[in-house]
Amino acid sequence: MNMNATLILQSIAMMIFVWFCMKFIWPPLLKAMDERRTKIADGLAASDRAEKALADANREVEQQIKTARDKAGEIVDQANQRHGKILDQAKDDAVAERQRQVIAGEAEISQAANQAREELRATVASLAVLGARQILEKEVDEETHRELLDKLIAEI
Amino acid sequence: MSSGSEAPTSGEYIQHHLQNLTFGQHPDGSWGLAHGAAEAAAMGFWAIHVDTLAWSLVLGLSFYFIFRNTAKKANSGVPTRFQALIEMVVEFVDTSVKESFHGTSRLIAPLALTLFVWVFFMNFMDLIPVDWLPHVASSLNVPYQKVVPTTDVNATLGMAITVFILIIIYSIRFKGVGGFLGELVFNPLNPKELGMPKAAWPLVMAFNFLLEIVGLLAKPVSLGLRLFGNMYAGELIFILIALVFTAGSGVIGAGLSATFGEHIPAWFWVVACVAVFATLWANMKEKLNNRNTLCLLLAEMLVIGGLAFVGGQLMHFGWAAFHLIIVTLQAFIFMMLTIVYLSMASEHH
Repeated sequence: MNMNATLILQSIAMMIFVWFCMKFIWPPLLKAMDERRTKIADGLAASDRAEKALADANREVEQQIKTARDKAGEIVDQANQRHGKILDQAKDDAVAERQRQVIAGEAEISQAANQAREELRATVASLAVLGARQILEKEVDEETHRELLDKLIAEI
Repeated sequence: MSSGSEAPTSGEYIQHHLQNLTFGQHPDGSWGLAHGAAEAAAMGFWAIHVDTLAWSLVLGLSFYFIFRNTAKKANSGVPTRFQALIEMVVEFVDTSVKESFHGTSRLIAPLALTLFVWVFFMNFMDLIPVDWLPHVASSLNVPYQKVVPTTDVNATLGMAITVFILIIIYSIRFKGVGGFLGELVFNPLNPKELGMPKAAWPLVMAFNFLLEIVGLLAKPVSLGLRLFGNMYAGELIFILIALVFTAGSGVIGAGLSATFGEHIPAWFWVVACVAVFATLWANMKEKLNNRNTLCLLLAEMLVIGGLAFVGGQLMHFGWAAFHLIIVTLQAFIFMMLTIVYLSMASEHH
């Protein structure tokens, strides 16, 4: 354990190694580490922002869904109203049609009845004349009793 | 374990392990390696410890290349595991520097990193079993090999001297030559503030200077000698454990000696290694659960290693585990003290 020139050489070696470290090791390592730190900080901030944006988007979507739901409700209401209206309209139309049909039917019936009555009247007149002729056996002249006969016909 | 054919005595063994490989000029004028402590001492100051310097350089260069490689590949993307490890060390040093050093300096953080890692590497050499590298060296006809540079006082004081130079440079840079010298002579007793007569000033200043210069010189000395003392003591304990173990002397080492006589045959170690390896292999292939593995390992160590394990290996392991803390702690202390001394040098007080 004697002191010798190793002391000086070791001292010089240390200076050189420190210089190496200062020049070639420390700056690039620290630079990389600082850059990564910034990057990570940025990433965290970005993720925070994204989270906030997501929450905003969710809120907006909810809002939109709510609006859409309201609108849909409105449309359904309108449809219901319109449906009722159409139904009423149809009902009214049907009723009117029926009335028209009834009136037409009644007119037809009365016309047919009149016609039948006229025919019947004519037939009855001739039958009456025929009957009377047979009863009176030629006694009654058609010409003479025409007036009486007409009165009879009218009374039928 | 020496190069000689005869088994060394305990004293010779220890001395051999504590002797550096010294290169210098012999008293007769020829240059060469010293054989023995006496020859090394006779070489005087202008000799060098080849092993200390070589290992320092090898370890310093490993530090440089490992960190340089990582630094070149470093980017702000996802780091590899190794890069993360390196960055952890750098971050740790950077934090320590920022906490302790309040001035501005481009030098101080790289300086701290270099010292921490380099000193740690040099200390770590202590954990390589003490006989391995000297044994390899002696089979290559290198008579001495002390592989832990920090157990050489020249290495630790050499680094401390660099730090001392930096302390002076920093003092002058931050306080100016006048400020630096003023601090030396006007502390701790300031004649101006104490209102002393002018005639008494030189006396007080001389007294101050005496105190302050001791304080100043104590810094590098304490820095270097603390590291040296710790590592030297640790190394010595490893040597003593190895001595007990390999010499097969004493109660603890008696087990193996009783079984195998003076020399433990090579096949014994081969069998031991294979058995332990097989156990661990089975565990990794999940053919054995951890509990059984541990039981088996313990059984193997007790059976195969016998008392030798309980003696030498266990002691060696225990001290190595403890020393691992010392190794790291001393590297950290060396770094921290350097920062603190330079911080003190750059502040007015």
